[in-house]
Amino acid sequence: MKIAVCVSHVPDTASKIYIGSDGKSIDQTGLTYVVNPYDEFAIEEALKTKEKFGGETVAISLGTDANKETLRKALAMGIDNAVLLKDDKYRDSLSVAKALADEIKAQGAELVFFGKQSVDFDNSVVGQLTAELLGYNCVSVVVSFSLDGNKITCEREIEGGKEFIETSLPAVITAQKGLNEPRYASLKGIMAAKKKVIIEKPALQSENFVEVIAMKRPPTKQAGRIIGTDVSAVPELVKILHEEAKVI
Amino acid sequence: MTLINKIDYYNIESLLSEEEKMVRDTVSDFVNSEVIPIIEKYYHDEKFPFHLIPKLGEMGLFGITLPQKYGCAEMNNVAYGLAMQELERGDSGLRSFASVQSALVMYPIYTFGNEEQKNYWLPKLATGEKIGCFGLTEPDYGSNPGGMVTHAEKVDGGYLLNGAKMWITNGTIADVAVVWAKLDGVVHGFLVEKGTKGFEAPEMKGKHSLKASVTSELVFQDVFIPEENLLPNSRGLKSALMCLSQARYGIAWGVVGSMMACYDTALEYAKSRKQFSKPIAAYQITQEKLVYMITEITKAQLLNLQLGRLKDKNQAKFTHISMAKRNNCEKALDIARVAREILGANGILNEYPIMRHMNNLESVKTYEGTHEMHTLIIGEDITGFPAYDN
Repeated sequence: MKIAVCVSHVPDTASKIYIGSDGKSIDQTGLTYVVNPYDEFAIEEALKTKEKFGGETVAISLGTDANKETLRKALAMGIDNAVLLKDDKYRDSLSVAKALADEIKAQGAELVFFGKQSVDFDNSVVGQLTAELLGYNCVSVVVSFSLDGNKITCEREIEGGKEFIETSLPAVITAQKGLNEPRYASLKGIMAAKKKVIIEKPALQSENFVEVIAMKRPPTKQAGRIIGTDVSAVPELVKILHEEAKVI
Repeated sequence: MTLINKIDYYNIESLLSEEEKMVRDTVSDFVNSEVIPIIEKYYHDEKFPFHLIPKLGEMGLFGITLPQKYGCAEMNNVAYGLAMQELERGDSGLRSFASVQSALVMYPIYTFGNEEQKNYWLPKLATGEKIGCFGLTEPDYGSNPGGMVTHAEKVDGGYLLNGAKMWITNGTIADVAVVWAKLDGVVHGFLVEKGTKGFEAPEMKGKHSLKASVTSELVFQDVFIPEENLLPNSRGLKSALMCLSQARYGIAWGVVGSMMACYDTALEYAKSRKQFSKPIAAYQITQEKLVYMITEITKAQLLNLQLGRLKDKNQAKFTHISMAKRNNCEKALDIARVAREILGANGILNEYPIMRHMNNLESVKTYEGTHEMHTLIIGEDITGFPAYDN
């Protein structure tokens, strides 16, 4: 079985993000990039599935040469092959999904893992869109995954509880934190990854339906107000929360 | 995730290869998630975090530069140095464990051992399934190990070992000790296995430094060492000193990790701590301290990188390694002390890593060749005059 894992190259979550001079993109100055954290769970699940059932794993990323760093890390963790779909233009989620679906089809992968969202733009839809384009089953925000023959059993997080799902291959699974403990790349893995070739292909072109027109930083936090320091302040606090802040 | 491993004022990152960066970042992630959250407690309780050993082994952090056929990563010395830097950013005790296992146990077995010894021990030491220690220093012979009294005597089928070693990292927990002893007046290396009759390794307690690391005595009373446990290619004190050069190299890199941890803590504290009308980082005296730290960190990073590149070309002399060990340990300790000053009273709390690093660095400055001995080693190299008794 061929298992694909789609990985996104995103700004380090510890980075401070500034808006670029065009007002609608991120200023790249001094930014460091990492593997999208949710994609690490996807990589780990792909590796675990391969270790259990055999087969071949391939990591796919859409973007520029910079994405090779993320693909290299996937290889160092133990993924067999890597494909970079090259494109340096802005793409909306559907356009990303179309390019990924095109490559997944070409690879003949029956099982595809994604992170539940990438932490740069947080649209949380690429996995689901890709599944739809491929005609695959899809389970999102998965915290437990098992495969038995063709049958897939998943646990997914829902508001205030858990949902248990059964489906079958071919399928797209989007990974939530808790699905597994991603392994650290080993030094031997890093050396092996160095020898592997990242296959580069032009990404399938398609039209965007969504356009970013502006980016803004959240408003700066107002200074707090101290109503009182003991129990006697509670009635006043409740009044303010109700009438001014309108949160209760 | 913190970007602390990117303390890099001179863009030295641009001089690293992709896999060197990847090693640094992988070990950095490991230290941030698995070491820093727990280490203060282990330090306080005087316990070594044993549960980390299999993980370190799985990542390939033991014997990093040794060949793949023995289960090692076969990476270059810069990657090895960066890994030590990140481990010591966690704690000097953890780095010491990895240093001993790699430079003082796997290296001598690889360099002076025969093929059977290498095939048996190296893969097990690489995964951490077996732990090693190195016995050279004795209670009365530290800087002049050549005076050692531990000796071996040839008997039927092997050797009889007598003597004692002191200040041995990992001694009590080691499955195998690489012990240096005189045989007919010449120093040789022997592999002494745990449980051998007459061999004891009591732990030394009461340390104010390296508390998350095991330090032991090794005592040998008529210990029979079979012939096959002699390291056949070790000859003279030089063999033992070659191991120390490997370990000192790792220390020179390691202490930069301690420097980074102390600098980062002091910088963040200085920016947020307000006294009088502004953050203390806005006062000239604090700025002078912070500038001193980042300048010394940058110098140490450059020293290490060039040393590593020389070592990879087999051009690093032991005197080069002495310079980096001597300078970086001294500056790391100075930085820890200045960082503590910036934090004021808060600097003594275990809420911050500074005092732990400072205490650890007191040992690191002294072990593997004291600051003073490295001064004399370089002094002799540049003047031609040995300033110690030969």
